Amino acid sequence: MQKIIVIGNGMVGYKFCEKFVSKPNSDQFQVIVFGEEPRPAYDRVHLSEYFENQDAEALEMAPRSWYEEYNIELITGVRITDIHRSTKTITSSTDESYTYDYLVLATGSSPFVPNIKGVEKEGVFVYRTIEDLEGMLSYAAELKLKNPNAKAAVLGGGLLGLEAGKAVMDMGLEPHIVEFAPKLMPRQLDARSSQVLQLKLESIGLNIHLSKATNQILGNGSIAALEFGEDDVLDVEMLIISAGIRPRDELGKTCDLEMGTRGGIVVNNKMQTTDPSIYAIGEVALYNQMIYGLVAPGYDMAEVAANQILGKEDFLMPSDIDMSTKLKLIGVDVASFGEPFMPASKGHSVIFEDKTKHLYKRINVSHDGKSLLGGILVGDASDYNMLHQIYLNGMAIPENPSELILPASEGGKSFGSVMDLPDTAQVCSCESVSKGAICCSITENGSNNLGDVIKATKATTGCGGCKPMVVDLVNETLKSLGREVKETICEHFSFNRKELYDLVKINRVPNYQEALNLFGEGHGCEVCKPVLASIFATITMETANKQYEIQDTNDRFLANIQRNGTYSVVPRIAGGEITPDKLIVLGEVAKKYDLYTKITGGQRIDLFGAQLHELPLIWKELIDAGFESGHAYGKSLRTVKSCVGSTWCRYGMHESVTFAIEIENRYKGLRSPHKLKGGVSGCIRECAEARGKDFGLIAVDGGWNLYICGNGGATPKHAILFAEHLDDETAIKYLDRFLMYYIRTAGPLVRTAPWLEKLDGGIEYLKKVVIQDSLGIAEELDKEMQSLVNKYECEWKEAIEDPNMAKRFKHFVNTDDTDDNLVFVPMREMKMPKAW
Amino acid sequence: MQDILNQYQTVTEANVKEWFHVGEVSDFPENSGACIKYKTKQIAVYNFARLSKWYACQNLCPHKMEMVLAFGMIGDKEGIPKVACPMHKKNFSLEDGSNLGGDDLKIAVYPVKIENGNVYIGFSD
Ligand code: SRM
Ligand SMILES: Cc1cc2nc3c(=O)[nH]c(=O)nc-3n(C[C@H](O)[C@H](O)[C@H](O)COP(=O)(O)OP(=O)(O)OC[C@H]3O[C@@H](n4cnc5c(N)ncnc54)[C@H](O)[C@@H]3O)c2cc1C
Ligand code: SF4
Ligand code: FES
Repeated sequence: MQKIIVIGNGMVGYKFCEKFVSKPNSDQFQVIVFGEEPRPAYDRVHLSEYFENQDAEALEMAPRSWYEEYNIELITGVRITDIHRSTKTITSSTDESYTYDYLVLATGSSPFVPNIKGVEKEGVFVYRTIEDLEGMLSYAAELKLKNPNAKAAVLGGGLLGLEAGKAVMDMGLEPHIVEFAPKLMPRQLDARSSQVLQLKLESIGLNIHLSKATNQILGNGSIAALEFGEDDVLDVEMLIISAGIRPRDELGKTCDLEMGTRGGIVVNNKMQTTDPSIYAIGEVALYNQMIYGLVAPGYDMAEVAANQILGKEDFLMPSDIDMSTKLKLIGVDVASFGEPFMPASKGHSVIFEDKTKHLYKRINVSHDGKSLLGGILVGDASDYNMLHQIYLNGMAIPENPSELILPASEGGKSFGSVMDLPDTAQVCSCESVSKGAICCSITENGSNNLGDVIKATKATTGCGGCKPMVVDLVNETLKSLGREVKETICEHFSFNRKELYDLVKINRVPNYQEALNLFGEGHGCEVCKPVLASIFATITMETANKQYEIQDTNDRFLANIQRNGTYSVVPRIAGGEITPDKLIVLGEVAKKYDLYTKITGGQRIDLFGAQLHELPLIWKELIDAGFESGHAYGKSLRTVKSCVGSTWCRYGMHESVTFAIEIENRYKGLRSPHKLKGGVSGCIRECAEARGKDFGLIAVDGGWNLYICGNGGATPKHAILFAEHLDDETAIKYLDRFLMYYIRTAGPLVRTAPWLEKLDGGIEYLKKVVIQDSLGIAEELDKEMQSLVNKYECEWKEAIEDPNMAKRFKHFVNTDDTDDNLVFVPMREMKMPKAW
Repeated sequence: MQDILNQYQTVTEANVKEWFHVGEVSDFPENSGACIKYKTKQIAVYNFARLSKWYACQNLCPHKMEMVLAFGMIGDKEGIPKVACPMHKKNFSLEDGSNLGGDDLKIAVYPVKIENGNVYIGFSD
């Protein structure tokens, strides 16, 4: 049996394994992989996600068991130190030798660290591995304890540098980007687009310093500042260097393979180095005099090397490599494709710029006006996939090319449908999947939906940038076959939420098990159970106590589960108004049960750290004092935030507190596809942030202006003006209808803003339904909402009066012991869970 | 931390040394889970009424070492009975404890016996 040794278990080394074992005859070879990092290959492209969840496994390309399954021997935490070409052996850092028939070098690259005085100081990091990130996280945490306003800089304003800038922001430090060139992303952007990007990034709090050469890093042991010129110093307590990459070609050097003058191991179009039994792929390989710092070309190289070793010699690396990129930086789209900066001799450019909206689009068109040569998009790259395809496939462009980038309202968007692409168009460049392969997977190979297509072709599994286009292709292909395009809830119900809502209602289905018997298959899961729970609740107003086994854990225990498995207690404080007596009760209860107490962002008080068996005891006391459940745990109405309004405020136009309380009490307990939040402000100064809510009312002369479909959260949206100068009664009528219509038709976990975005006809259509009753359902919606309001019951009151309640809130069935796994640590006179 | 995890090892019917009585059938909610204590262990017990089967596994989710699995929602993934952790919704097979999301984390499972309306869990220690 011949032996292949792969050195480097990064993205490309892994991809080589995956491609190799999927090919016929690969079982004639034994594959051994060495990786220097302690864990199996992971997705470096999405490395920054580690800041969000610190879940290294979620990033793994494949678990260790995958390698076992394919008989690949994976040895991690070991570096290869030497190659002896004459004996075809390698030695490892553990001093062991291995022989090979073929060697595949996939050692990637390392961050380039410029030779600046002081780089060795503590607090200076690079950004490449999970260990780098862990180091940064713990350093930043310590910094923040000492100085909550600590600053951190990123050296380098390229693609990766800006990503590191976002990481700095996420870690809660003040972010600074320091770039040597006079513009950001010098490799991808022209001067104007770079300015637009800079404005946008500054508007969200990134400080940008261009044309700055760093002379030295100051500080005593650990970094304290960057020095650019004599009096030009930037105080920072942490630095991330992102100044480019250097191929890890040291093995090539020591065994005399041909090297590039500036590094990299030279390969031919078979990915062979100057030794025909040694291949190099990924960021260590110098092909066409270039190191390609992107995954897609690396994956292509892996495919070529795998084929070559298996004897398919006509499988060669193409000479043109597409370096187009699209990314979302800190919520800003940036893309460039083809030739982004084209000299005037080759064609002309069409540029659209709107600095107020931080928008820049440039396309480069050939002199004859027939073909697209490249372009740059900043601020909105939603057209990137289509423009990129037009460029790649040399497709015809409109006579007036500006239509390709002008906003739709100004006569733009004249490219046809995705179905006009040629079959050979490469839609997913990471996995090399063509349009033909995607369509064929449906028309010939039995894929029935997006999931099947992804499984069969692997499209979208790389950087994910092609996803919108793949979704369109799948939907269009299904439609062309006369098949319905369905969003289904999960494997147990092939209906969407609206259809299930109607089915349950029309057939008067009594409970979940019956719904599963009638309309579903299998035994349910954590996706469909809460969806149906929500549907039952909004058809019959049943509380979460009735079918508690299908509720998400929070609703099952009527409390939010916290990081250590304890729960929080959030009583309703409608409109944020609370009497001193009630405030005292909250304080007393919190003290008695030793609960961490905090004012929430929703104008109420949260008591954290209650154990399961304590919940009914705590709630008994609260209910006796006149409190009710705040439904903080449910996909349901949360709070209606208020400002003091005309009751106290010298500017107030109406009584916003009174109205907020009325509305909060009207909709309390109302379950919905996602959570619902409201706000009522007493004047246009908007202290209640009503326009950041699913519904908001702002007092104006002669009544209320009603705004709908806003939210904060991950994708903030301002609510849109729906109707003006309403009296209390009309405002509530419109709200009833709007909410009921949303509850009936929205998909699971879709908040009002994204729901409206997808609603055909948008806000104007919604106005017709709610105000003009164009569907003739207004009366029905009014009645439904009124009946839900009438049936409201506090589910905590119900729970503590239920004789079986005690059982549900016991930690153990067979003993009265309490959970002994809980560990708390002190925190500013209170307590918190011990960290994970 | 590792010690807490290591005390959970899958037990098969063949190597049960003790069938430990944990309550009556009616003490356990249908199509849902509850937790019992055995020596220092916390065990999640599921009365999977839809399948007329019972399952037991460690209550400890190996992801963040929290005692929470008993309160996760149960169901199936392509026919394999499973529990979803309440915290981050990792899915574990109730048959063999494997992680259905594909990563390394596994949980220990224990045999359950029902006799005359009583529920017993099999332990080997
Ligand atoms: C406690 C609180 C933070 C605080 O200490 O202030 C909080 C805590 C949580 N929020 Fe929040 N949010 C809290 C106010 C907010 C606000 C501010 C507000 O309401 O004005 C927002 C932004 C406004 C908005 O929702 O539009 C907010 C946006 C979110 C989001 C993002 C929603 C989105 O549409 O993008 C989530 C995630 C989700 O719901 O999927 C979330 C989810 C959560 C969860 C449920 C996370 C979780 O799954 O465990 C937290 C659990 C709370 C608990 O255990 O009690 N929380 N959360 C606030 C409780 C308010 C209350 O009284 O009920
Ligand atoms: C934060 C970040 C974001 C990125 N974003 C994008 C993006 O959006 N799009 C894109 O296309 N690309 C992106 N990239 C680049 C992309 O990650 C790389 O192109 C890709 O990882 C290269 O794969 P590779 O296998 O060649 O190298 P690597 O992934 O670096 O793998 C090489 C592996 O070999 C190991 N190794 C090296 N020498 C030895 C030795 N002697 N013995 C044993 N093991 C050894 C290393 O430890 C490493 O694990 C990003 C990179 C980073 C760091
Ligand atoms: S409270 Fe909200 S913002 Fe804060 S960590 Fe939890 S989910 Fe995130
Ligand atoms: S703690 Fe169980 S999935 Fe994270």
